[in-house]
Amino acid sequence: MSIRLDIRLVPRALLVLLGLAVVAWIAYKGSQDSRVFWIVTLNGLTLAALFFVVSAGFTLIFGLMRVVNMAHGSLYLLAGYIAFTLQGNWYGVSSNLLSGIPATVTSWIVPLIIATIVIGVAGVLMQQVFLRWNQGQDLRQALITIAISVILADQMVAHFGGIAESIQQPAAWPDSVTLFGVRYGFFRLEVVVGAALLIGALLFLVIKRTRFGMIIRAGVDDRSMVSALGVNIQLVFAGAFFVGALLAGLAGVLGGTMIAVQPGNDSAFLLDSLIVVIIGGMGSLLGAAIGSVALGLVSAYADVYLKFGTTDLTNYAILLTFILVVAVLAVRPLGLFGRPA
Amino acid sequence: MSAARPATSAIASVTSRRIRITQLVALGALILFLAGAPSVVDSFTLAQILTKALWLGIAAASLIFLSSYGGMISLGQTGIYAVAGFTMANLVHAAGGKHLGWDPLAATAAGIVVATLFGVLCGAIAARSYGIYFLMITLAISVIVFYFFAQVTTLSGYGGIRSVTMPGFIGNPITNPVPLYYTALLASFFVYVGIRYLARTPFGLALQGIRDDPARMQALGYNVALHRALAFGVGAFIASIAGILSVWYTTQISPGGINVAQTINILIIAVIGGLYRLEGAWIGALVFSTIDNYSRVWMPNVGDWLGPARFESVIGVIFLVIVLASPGGLVGIWESLWDRRKRRLGPVEPSGVPATGAVDEIVDHPAAV
Repeated sequence: MSIRLDIRLVPRALLVLLGLAVVAWIAYKGSQDSRVFWIVTLNGLTLAALFFVVSAGFTLIFGLMRVVNMAHGSLYLLAGYIAFTLQGNWYGVSSNLLSGIPATVTSWIVPLIIATIVIGVAGVLMQQVFLRWNQGQDLRQALITIAISVILADQMVAHFGGIAESIQQPAAWPDSVTLFGVRYGFFRLEVVVGAALLIGALLFLVIKRTRFGMIIRAGVDDRSMVSALGVNIQLVFAGAFFVGALLAGLAGVLGGTMIAVQPGNDSAFLLDSLIVVIIGGMGSLLGAAIGSVALGLVSAYADVYLKFGTTDLTNYAILLTFILVVAVLAVRPLGLFGRPA
Repeated sequence: MSAARPATSAIASVTSRRIRITQLVALGALILFLAGAPSVVDSFTLAQILTKALWLGIAAASLIFLSSYGGMISLGQTGIYAVAGFTMANLVHAAGGKHLGWDPLAATAAGIVVATLFGVLCGAIAARSYGIYFLMITLAISVIVFYFFAQVTTLSGYGGIRSVTMPGFIGNPITNPVPLYYTALLASFFVYVGIRYLARTPFGLALQGIRDDPARMQALGYNVALHRALAFGVGAFIASIAGILSVWYTTQISPGGINVAQTINILIIAVIGGLYRLEGAWIGALVFSTIDNYSRVWMPNVGDWLGPARFESVIGVIFLVIVLASPGGLVGIWESLWDRRKRRLGPVEPSGVPATGAVDEIVDHPAAV
């Protein structure tokens, strides 16, 4: 019996070994201090939840229309600014401890809903005005959305300034909850993760169980055939763009409450969405979920566990994201769940 | 890709000779202007517009080389030129970074080599992806390089590496911008000629074949992924020249200068000039640096919407208009006007201007059109 070694298996085997080594290292470091381990893990998972909400919209739009919406991050940031401004102007909420009014559930929810819907409508407008007439020219559409994102980024600096702001969470909500023996931020853990799970479940049900979802799945496979069967595909496109932008808007408000609203977040979250869908595969919801968890956990662990004895490599944490992308692309050029167009 | 020349009528050959002469005259005027620029324009314009346009043009040329001959639109060029710039800046004497005290020229060579190798590595990663996937992967490369230098302060100083030592022939570009101008001009010339030469080598021809039909080239026995990865390496080599020049131009390099905005700026320059024509790189860069300078002076204030500080909005709108109106950029607009003029002058075969780099032949062999 001869053993045949396929040369292409060598990089895969190396990757598996690398993955095992990483898991073993995290397990070893985690067992030394379980409190830190749980906090870091929760950091990674809550971040992953936010990534999922952003990238679900990104991947939905791409999956159906093959449009890479490079203005997705701008929509995310704009939603944060709209909600922040509404909270301040309508309810007088501010983070100023002396003169500010703390937020109530209403003064958090109402700006959230309005900002989310405004961004959804803005997304549809963008699609109708700039993208509808050049369907199929995916690079040109990407360039158009890049141009829009450049203009939006500059205008947001002009109108909202360059200082980091943050949307206030309702004062009635607890600051922290206890899980796995550690105290952890209530908003991050319950609200953001809850929203991500809810959205994931909703999208799954809509896409798998409803007529609209059926049309979307059919549209992903063969647009012209769906159109020929009498479905108004343009209406479906507009609907999908609405939902996709809506998710960016929702994530913008959640992220603006959880972290901050500041210039630069647009490109940061665009990049996060890109990495998530490059890992998970463009157009796949499950891929977006897995990609989000992978990116969230890798960046969280790398920030803390990249210390070997006295050698502190945590500054190089970003390289691990790079390695993650490289590792996935080396094995699957279209991402974990990607399919050729 | 050079098609057999059709038999040309006498009128057409006279017309084409007239066009050839016009072209030669225009080329001569351009060379004269570029060579004599330091004595014609003031030193502010020379440094702030011409020299800047030259090095930005090289960066954009690396992008256009990949898009026009390889069919790959890359956003990774900024990341790669940052690697070259930071490598060089760390190796020479400077404020911040490693200041290892190498000879500036040796450091320059090292920067270019490191960035080119990095480019081949990135090319190997991205080579199996096409179109929009390629765009996203290369964008990710640029942004990751940015975050890397933003976080690793031992390599990027705190807020950048300043007072980078120049090679002797540059002198001090702040007080005397002329030597740097000629250096950038010479580099631009060699990059332009080099790319045009490379396009005619077997490698360049194979690359263009892969651009047009990867599956067929694969079937013919070409290693498609290898060719694309190597082409990306060539693009990285060109980008690294721009990276070195950018450091000499500003005498410093900081993470803030290689962020996403700069990545997008290089793309904007390439698109404004024309993604599928090499000349477009420098034309786009000239437009970009001119607007960059003058919009900060004469732009009126319109509420919060417009004003001297709103350069990004202005260039964004121009970018948007170009993408919506003419995917071929300014060169594309010029070419369609030129084409119309030629058709008026004499009977020539109707030429559908191809969407890709195949338009090369139109100018190289006017008689063939």
